[in-house]
Amino acid sequence: MDFSELNLQEIAQTSGEWLRGSGPESDIVISSRIRLARNLADFPFISRATDTDRAEIGKILRDRIEKLHEEGKFKGQLVYVDVSALEAVDRQFLVERQLISREHADAEGARAVLIDQREQTSVMINEEDHLRIQVLKSGLDLGAAWEQINELDDLIEARVTYAYNDRFGYLTACPTNVGTGLRVSVMLHLPALVITRQIDKVFRSLQKINLAVRGLYGEGSQAQGDFYQVSNQVTLGQNEEELTKKVADVIPVLIDYERKARDFLIRESQETLHDRVSRAYGILRTAQTISSEETMHLLSSLRMGVNLGLIRDVEIPTVNKLFVHTQPAHLQKLTGMELDSSDRNIERATYLRRHLSGDGAGAGHN
Amino acid sequence: MKCQKCDKPATFHITDLVDGKPNELHLCEECAHKFLAPSSEESGEVLPAMAGLLAQHLAVGETAEELARLDQRSCPVCGITFLEFRKQGRLGCPHDYINFASELEPLLLNIHGETRHVGKVPKFCASGAEQQTQLIRLRREMKDAIAAEEYEQASSLRDEIRAIEHARDKDKGK
Repeated sequence: MDFSELNLQEIAQTSGEWLRGSGPESDIVISSRIRLARNLADFPFISRATDTDRAEIGKILRDRIEKLHEEGKFKGQLVYVDVSALEAVDRQFLVERQLISREHADAEGARAVLIDQREQTSVMINEEDHLRIQVLKSGLDLGAAWEQINELDDLIEARVTYAYNDRFGYLTACPTNVGTGLRVSVMLHLPALVITRQIDKVFRSLQKINLAVRGLYGEGSQAQGDFYQVSNQVTLGQNEEELTKKVADVIPVLIDYERKARDFLIRESQETLHDRVSRAYGILRTAQTISSEETMHLLSSLRMGVNLGLIRDVEIPTVNKLFVHTQPAHLQKLTGMELDSSDRNIERATYLRRHLSGDGAGAGHN
Repeated sequence: MKCQKCDKPATFHITDLVDGKPNELHLCEECAHKFLAPSSEESGEVLPAMAGLLAQHLAVGETAEELARLDQRSCPVCGITFLEFRKQGRLGCPHDYINFASELEPLLLNIHGETRHVGKVPKFCASGAEQQTQLIRLRREMKDAIAAEEYEQASSLRDEIRAIEHARDKDKGK
């Protein structure tokens, strides 16, 4: 199946699995993700693979994974996308939806991704490892994510020979992923911990127990919109259940901290908080030009305001959707136009006004 | 002690590596946060950071001479030298974990606190994986043989490759 321009524009209308805004604890936990790093035993790792190797790896993996459907073994419908043939804006679009990594978008050479239509599963081919399998769930749902990814991994493994040895487990290009090849991460929205300046303290204690904290779009990105991803750093010497449990165990503690910080703000400075949230809502509804950064910052306040009942005429799924739809590639897909940064800022403001029932709903309100 | 960037008390003591030399920094919480937060331009530079980390761990307990000798060692399967691995922070093929096992162990211990896998095991062919890895070497040798116009050698390598591939495909019910 081809992943045409039309399809991208179609899926741009939706908000994707991870921002569906449902699932357990979804006021604070945005999404749960698990990924597995795997390599074929009979090819060099990507950094030493020739163009022929990469093409061959891509062909084998696409063929074997697509066979899973034909045999009816995989329940979803995986759509193959040749990432190397996509325009930059389309690659960025997939990054914004968390379906491929930024590294995968920016890399060169033969590479691809298979995405299921519900956007829960994505399988990157020729990223840092030959295979990066990912399952994404809305809310706190690591158990279901592990079950789903483990099953897909078994299905693929029945058709290829993974690089594996008894001593070091699944062998990966980077020694930081060896063993289980497992990365469990949970994305949280922690605005009250940021406002009360407790977030750094939280980070330090997470780092002490070997958990990593990153921003919305992975590795080096700064925390945009007060979204934080907590994930395991260790992949060797503990099994998948233990590693998952370690991340899962800390999440209720973080949820509790964030709730306490929100309670504190309501109790001690309700007017200030209400003012902050209302001003954010006001700007989002009326701005004529607005950057992506400011949008994320204000949407974060709005989201907390809705969750605390301070703002009652917006739904969480709408706010979640706006976080993604106001990103650069999404805006361009939604308008069907190539826009430079200043045009995007104007388009972003128009989009926000329209969706937050501000003054931009009709024409002639300039 | 005062923060080096402002006048607040320094509560963070950071050792940063600048060109391989340790550099001590004493900062307050706010400045430390600014210092440690990666800027957006740096987000693509995870790789050098990783390579630096590896180099740092590996250099411990090795004399310069030992390190130089170690750097020249290469993998018979993919040809990567240890120096190349240290520079990139990425291994070249699955066999590197066997070829460089004794060098990798302290590094793995440092990263993971353990050196042995205890998780999931592939249901099929877990033991056949190393034999599959040899295909990387055979294909490389075949390519070299063709380039050197040693066609008889290339042809026998091709037969060997096909035999292993055939056995693998039979195993996987293809």
